[in-house]
Amino acid sequence: MNYISAAFGWLANSAEWRGSTGIPTRLAQHLITTGIVVGLALVISLPIGILVGHTHRGSGVVGAVAGAARAIPTLGLLTLFGLMWGIGLKAPILALVILAIPSALAGAYAGIQAIDPAVPDAARAIGMSELRIILQVEIPLGAPVIIGGIRAATLQVVATATLAAYIADNGLGRYLFHGLEAHNYAEMLGGALLVIALALILEVVLAAIQRWVKIRVTNPRSSRRTQLHT
Amino acid sequence: MFRRTMIMAAGLAVFATFSLAACSSNTPSSSGSGSDSKPTLVIGSQAYYSSDIIAEVYAQGLENAGYTVDRQFDIGQREVYLPEIQSGGIDVFPEYTGPLLQYWQPDATVTLDADVYSALQAAVPDGLRVLNEAPATDQDSYVVTQDFANKWGLTTIDDLSKVTDPMTMGANAEAQTRPNGPDGLLKTYGVSVGFTPIQDGGGPLTVKALQDNQIQLAIIYTSDPSIAADNLVTLTDDKGLFLSSHVVPLVSDKVDDTAAGILNKIDALLTPDALIAMNARSVNDQVPASTIAHDWLADNNLN
Repeated sequence: MNYISAAFGWLANSAEWRGSTGIPTRLAQHLITTGIVVGLALVISLPIGILVGHTHRGSGVVGAVAGAARAIPTLGLLTLFGLMWGIGLKAPILALVILAIPSALAGAYAGIQAIDPAVPDAARAIGMSELRIILQVEIPLGAPVIIGGIRAATLQVVATATLAAYIADNGLGRYLFHGLEAHNYAEMLGGALLVIALALILEVVLAAIQRWVKIRVTNPRSSRRTQLHT
Repeated sequence: MFRRTMIMAAGLAVFATFSLAACSSNTPSSSGSGSDSKPTLVIGSQAYYSSDIIAEVYAQGLENAGYTVDRQFDIGQREVYLPEIQSGGIDVFPEYTGPLLQYWQPDATVTLDADVYSALQAAVPDGLRVLNEAPATDQDSYVVTQDFANKWGLTTIDDLSKVTDPMTMGANAEAQTRPNGPDGLLKTYGVSVGFTPIQDGGGPLTVKALQDNQIQLAIIYTSDPSIAADNLVTLTDDKGLFLSSHVVPLVSDKVDDTAAGILNKIDALLTPDALIAMNARSVNDQVPASTIAHDWLADNNLN
């Protein structure tokens, strides 16, 4: 219990909130890194996942690759990339992108694939193009699951982005590594609490978005009418 | 089913045999082999590959002189093995002057070689003593690339003041607030540098950052084989910024004058380069400590 109160004492110390290495800077760095990583992971995984879900082809391969990628230790990957590209943010960002892809990818293709095949068939029957089917039928219907994947990926990344501090002067991980080595457990636990708080905030925001999208999908009349019903 | 049982039984038997063998070798051998013969000396080492090598050198050096040696290597860190040494369970242990002094005197402020050694001699508890320290060190040090050293003519830490380009130090996060980090460098030598954390303890990522000129200064152990292998230069620490840490045997009263003489002779020959070369054979070529020790003793005519 002493550690907990010491951690809150550390968090309450105004000196920690100032300057270029203060908590607001570290929080911002952490959030920006997380944003870049999740963004890059989505650019890669959403098109692939949606295409796989739409065509019902290659889900075995994608599932296997995504499953295998989950087993890759991020710290090992980070060290490997660090040895290739040197210290800085590039190596951690790429290692974290690889961490984020499986969840986002699985969400994307599972969301699309789970749609009753009769629905895209009906859209096809009324003359919609494949692109329109994907954009206006499948993505809206699969959105709750797709966002679920993004949510899982974000949570993993925001927690693991502490590793950026392994080879860069960046993010909340700085408090964890420094606190551990300097035996400053108040700092270490304080840093961990900040990561937890950030993760919870992102989780609540994404869960709210997911719920709102789900309501739109399951009960379209309760919100604005979608194009599908025009 | 029967076969599996057989295999399991065989496995258990083998396991039991090894456990028993381990037990018997663990029993501290009392010096019961006659009053004339030399006592069996128990030699320990830290859970650290370089400590194993030095312990093996001591062990084989003593064996070559007719002593019986009981090896108890890889015994964790000081908190674990020092009580064991103080209770008489271990007779010879390769130690490091500065950190050993700090274990017994946490508030010790001396850092320079001679001061640390004499303070250590005074701090050793009754029943134990340290023999002569070796020239070899195993301590934190500031390291630069050969190119960087040539460009600015650097041999000591003091020389860093000649560098007019901005410099960044790369080291584990703890260095940022510890006396051997940027703050200490500024206070002791008046040189100011930036800082970037690299959490691999002076490992390959740190060396690469040096070679890529992402950092100009790194904290790496003086006995690290990468210093020689990667063409790095250790800057001399004239003002004692780093705690001096020479290899030194910590021994019990069971170590007689002859044995002490042998260990002192080994230590006199154990230079920084010799230790780095032995460490390199272990790290780079995966040669076992016993072979490394045997070859080094043979090269120095101590066999």
